[in-house]
Amino acid sequence: MPLYHNDEQQMLADSAHEFMKSEAPVTHLREFRDKKCKDGFSHALWKQFGEMGFNGILVAEEDGGLGMGHYEAGIILEEIGRNLSPSPFLTTAVAGVEALNASSADMRSRYLPGILAGDTVLALAIDEQAKHRPEAIAMEAQRSGNGFRLNGQKQFVIHGASADMIIVAARTQNGLTLFAVEKDMKGMDVEAVRLVDSAVAAHVRFDNVELNADAVIGEVDQGGAVLDRLLRAGRIGSAAETVGVGAGAMDITVRYLKERKQFGKAIGEFQGLQHRAAHLYSEIEIARAVVMKAQQLCDEGSTHADMMVSAAKAKAARAANLSVREGVQMHGGVGMTDEYDIGLYMKRDRTLAEFFGDANYHSNRVAQMNGY
Amino acid sequence: MTDLESFRTETRAWLEANCPPEMRLPVKGDEDMCWGGRNFTFQNAAQKQWLDIMAERGWTVPDWPKDYGGGGLSAAQAKVLRQEMAKLKCRLPLSSFGIWMLGPALLHFGTEEQKRQYLPPIARGEIRWCQGYSEPGSGSDLVSLQTYCEDRGDHWNVNGQKVWTSYADKADWIFCLVRTDKNDKYRGISFLLFDMETPGVSTRPIKLISGKSPFCETFFDNVKVPKHQIVGEVNRGWDVAKYLLGHEREMISGGGVSLDMPSIGAAYADIAALDPILRAQMAEFDIETMAFRAMSEKFMDEMKAGKGHPAQPNMMKYAGTELNKRRHELIMAASGSDGLEWESEASGEGKKPRDWLRTKANSIEGGTSEIMLNVVAKRILELPGG
Repeated sequence: MPLYHNDEQQMLADSAHEFMKSEAPVTHLREFRDKKCKDGFSHALWKQFGEMGFNGILVAEEDGGLGMGHYEAGIILEEIGRNLSPSPFLTTAVAGVEALNASSADMRSRYLPGILAGDTVLALAIDEQAKHRPEAIAMEAQRSGNGFRLNGQKQFVIHGASADMIIVAARTQNGLTLFAVEKDMKGMDVEAVRLVDSAVAAHVRFDNVELNADAVIGEVDQGGAVLDRLLRAGRIGSAAETVGVGAGAMDITVRYLKERKQFGKAIGEFQGLQHRAAHLYSEIEIARAVVMKAQQLCDEGSTHADMMVSAAKAKAARAANLSVREGVQMHGGVGMTDEYDIGLYMKRDRTLAEFFGDANYHSNRVAQMNGY
Repeated sequence: MTDLESFRTETRAWLEANCPPEMRLPVKGDEDMCWGGRNFTFQNAAQKQWLDIMAERGWTVPDWPKDYGGGGLSAAQAKVLRQEMAKLKCRLPLSSFGIWMLGPALLHFGTEEQKRQYLPPIARGEIRWCQGYSEPGSGSDLVSLQTYCEDRGDHWNVNGQKVWTSYADKADWIFCLVRTDKNDKYRGISFLLFDMETPGVSTRPIKLISGKSPFCETFFDNVKVPKHQIVGEVNRGWDVAKYLLGHEREMISGGGVSLDMPSIGAAYADIAALDPILRAQMAEFDIETMAFRAMSEKFMDEMKAGKGHPAQPNMMKYAGTELNKRRHELIMAASGSDGLEWESEASGEGKKPRDWLRTKANSIEGGTSEIMLNVVAKRILELPGG
């Protein structure tokens, strides 16, 4: 499979590009931020995502979806990143759907139709500390009658307060188990917090939350494999969004270099800035390539997929971070103002950097997978 | 089974049956590769056998037309062949500037006679070429070159000096940029081919900081060249040169050579355990390697499909060479004092430090990193000015 879009993928890219540009550009993010929207995204936009078919990309055809892959999901996510479009796409239609794809027909029919329609929102309760360490999950789910009782706390649960269902990873007797926890369950305390990039995440505390056995996603004690699948999708998906953020920041910065005049000429004429901009271009191109490669390996079910996904997440994070830092610096004083968009890119980049593990976490993972 | 899948199956079977075991061992360096040419000494019978049997199928240049000694493979088939060769660790049967640089230029700009005369001997490894571009006063500003080529009616007469001519002392022929009009900087350059045994041609190796001499100074003293040995139109050699520099940049960036760069941390796992900061640097480098490999694959795929920005090779050259320099810095750091040995059997007579020093030229030769960034800034990002 060549590393560029085929005709069908190009059509998807064109339609996603047009859609985000017209329906959810940066002004849309500003609007929702400024009116202090409690959910941090537009439910009407989420409906439109459903109508466009985006939400079915990773849903199998027999479940009413498009049966496409991570490559296609990444096409949408790069455009989301480029426009800073606030949406629950990554948590719901990418990571969440991947977990549901490993669940029973009953559970799939419970949630997938609402996701496909752009009604249902999912959140992911994985992290328990400030850094992403899913291998250190401590929260416990104890057998209770026919079901389970959850106790513990999760943080950085993006869309946690607006989600219809939260996927919760917890320890059970002989391993990990993933649970589908409906909103407003008794004993659940959801504290919404607005983040630096205007997204809304939640601290979620579970105090003897009683769940029925049918809340289990997949099999009891076998959640490790489901979690891996969810995380792989989330990581490669967030890497694609990160590339979009980095590319978007680069584009507006390069445009600014051509417009802004000092010393009687466009500042983009100065070699000191040209070289940095060209280096940035190189970094973003390479980051996009490794993200695409990782998406392909995931779609092929390659045994190298996990390592390439970590490489992609780390590389995308470093490249996009360079892009937003250079972006603010090259904008000069106006880069510090709220009026200019470049600062919004810097904020989104910071959030995405932590989501599903930062560059250091994934570098360490690559080292471990390489045996050192 | 699709045609491509059956091609893959057949190719793998053929390679397994025909690639000698010696030709599946890793290449240690330039000395270890097959360069061909009139004066080339084969390392062993296997190296010659591998060249001959691959040349017979046209697979030294798989995507050149069969009429000119190539394999006539489609882009997709050539990719399959590369992949299968990589899987079986088959060495390239032949490495040469003829394949990487002159060949593509001739295929694009050459006359039918020129293609038939020059391409098959390149494909068979019979003639080894070198490139005469840089001059003592013309490095990054290549277009200021002054080697003068005078029209003497029935022949060209060449006088001047080239520098950094790779393996000029080992090459059979040279493709050379010469000035045919002193009054027009860009449209006064021509692209000339001639035999290095022509009277008036002499070479002198340049000793580098690595102690090796892969480059020469090349002198031309009233060298007579037949009129038909010019590629493209007189005074339009810069078009050929620019086209060819694209190929050179691809080659140096790794587009034309093996991308087989295994995990550096795995190779130095004991040092990684000793030095956590070096371990972190190696992990980051492994990621850079994987990412650049993916970039190379994407770049090649796009090139073959006619997609991608025409100035993209400049970005590839910049990123690839900077990466290779970083790799060798890490190898030196991981090797500690062992890596300092310059003259000892254990060190292979200083292979590591010599290779490390050699890589410093990567971002100078074929256009410096700074020139590459200039080109990316102007042609891809379309930033204004000079």
